[in-house]
Amino acid sequence: MKKFGGKVLFLDRSDINTDEIIPARYLTEISKEALKPHMLEDLNLEGFSPMDASVRDAGVIVTRANFGCGSSREHAPWVFEVNNINVVIAVSFARIFRQNMFNCGMLAIELPEKTIDSLFALSDRGAEIIVDFNNDKLTVMTGKGRETFEYHISGFDKALVEAGGWVEFADARY
Amino acid sequence: MALTLAQKIFQSHLRDEPFPGTKVLDIDVVMCHEITTPIAINDLVARGKDRVFDPEKIKVVIDHVTPAKDTKTAQQGKILRDWAKRQNIRDFFDIGRNGVCHALFPEQGFIRPGFTVIMGDSHTCTHGAFGAFAAGVGTTDLEVGILKGVCAFREPRTIRINISGKVPEGVYAKDIILRVIKKLTVKGATDCVIEFHGDVVKGMSMEGRMTLCNMAIEAGGTSGICMPDEVTADYLWPFISADYKNKMAAIEDFRKWWSDKGCEYIKIIDIDVTGMEPQVTSGFKPDEARNVSEMEGTPVDQIYIGSCTNGRIEDLRVAAGYLKGRKISPAVRGIVSPATTKVFREADEEGIIKIFMDAGFCVTNPTCGACLGMSNGVLAPGEVCASTTNRNFSGRMGRGGMVHLMSPAVAAVTAIEGKIADPRKFSKEAAQ
Repeated sequence: MKKFGGKVLFLDRSDINTDEIIPARYLTEISKEALKPHMLEDLNLEGFSPMDASVRDAGVIVTRANFGCGSSREHAPWVFEVNNINVVIAVSFARIFRQNMFNCGMLAIELPEKTIDSLFALSDRGAEIIVDFNNDKLTVMTGKGRETFEYHISGFDKALVEAGGWVEFADARY
Repeated sequence: MALTLAQKIFQSHLRDEPFPGTKVLDIDVVMCHEITTPIAINDLVARGKDRVFDPEKIKVVIDHVTPAKDTKTAQQGKILRDWAKRQNIRDFFDIGRNGVCHALFPEQGFIRPGFTVIMGDSHTCTHGAFGAFAAGVGTTDLEVGILKGVCAFREPRTIRINISGKVPEGVYAKDIILRVIKKLTVKGATDCVIEFHGDVVKGMSMEGRMTLCNMAIEAGGTSGICMPDEVTADYLWPFISADYKNKMAAIEDFRKWWSDKGCEYIKIIDIDVTGMEPQVTSGFKPDEARNVSEMEGTPVDQIYIGSCTNGRIEDLRVAAGYLKGRKISPAVRGIVSPATTKVFREADEEGIIKIFMDAGFCVTNPTCGACLGMSNGVLAPGEVCASTTNRNFSGRMGRGGMVHLMSPAVAAVTAIEGKIADPRKFSKEAAQ
């Protein structure tokens, strides 16, 4: 199973699409590692720089609604994976992106809008999130405080994470 | 129990329910292109599982960057080509007979009512126009599809869209779907399928229905779906004539897939197209459509006609209707990419290619290239494209570029004017 948790990158916008996460011009790569320098390169968000330390050091992304909309490219979870980001927390996800995350053994956690609001309220540059996968809980720790939230993922999605991904799960079962 | 079309397909294809609410389906068609498939192939090889579940059910095309533009894209093509050969996949489409996947595969008769279809491409929802459940998936889902012939989905919920009224002059399927997406928003159909009903849909060709279903994903939808009827049977007849006594028998058989009276819809939306204006998007999201009268006069640098949304013969006919006997503005450049080799040939035989060339358009080979800023029409920073494609995301057609989505009719008259224009102000076929 992958490691979940780390410093938080807050992306305060809804509808961030997969072209912004990894532009199509890099889809000619045939290794995941080659995507690494291009994460969020075209993100349309004021004040955001993909070269910033808060981006490079992140282990978790916290964002708003409909994250990962658009193209089906699994290059979007992959570019996070090769940058050691294995958790994305959002109000909601586009279906294909969400499934791609779990298919890779990564976590796409949906939390109510109010809870996401409170995460953003706690945000600061040193914010960290610890994920307690077995108990479906996550704890956010920042200079402004510390708070624990419960989350829910489906039994299937949990089994995919435990198996290491959909290929492993499906190969053992079908 | 009254069922929706998607529920019927889920029932008939259910292989397993490993957890409540998760349905693992048998897949009828697994489609592959050179952008999302090579990594799946390499992974299968690395795992020592270089096999396919059924070479007859796997359809392969090189379409995104074709002919190859550089070493990397040539390698992607080679991985796909070598694999298709090694796995005895007969339905492999290379240059000379290829085309944009979601235009090519229907044209080849691969999609039938009641089918399950997956591809590593979000616009796979297009094929629901045939009464199929067709979903875009990532590379891992594609890899399992190739190896095992299955894919997992959540139980689908269905949104019903009733489209009625008299379709005004200058308004096409593209305008209608842009209006639908505006109503639903870019996330309004997430984890849902969208059924298209009503007299307007019944009167539409398969090409028009494919344009509707193609953009279901832009509202977050898993699949667009139309009820298969006589229009579907007419389109598929060359491929199914051996299976049925006559066309009536095929139409009767298709009816078993129709959503039942009293089935559960989570939302029903009625749209009357009477008096509707052509639509053009203004921002960086596909739900930001406006009436063309609000967008008229917006300057553009490039016009692109093509893609899995609007690169079919019917689309080229519409555009050529406005372009015939006219020239595009010297202030802009026009690019048309017929979606498939067959479309290109038909357009040539009908004199449409000549009309485009006489008007000053560049005619490219069939490819997805420009739509996602990969080749054949990439924008420079600050440039604006009037496009018949499906996504206006920031930088979609080139970093720093802007895209306005529209129908082939609006695109054609925009090319003539050099700025966004209203097709209703143009007569079709100007003086020779």
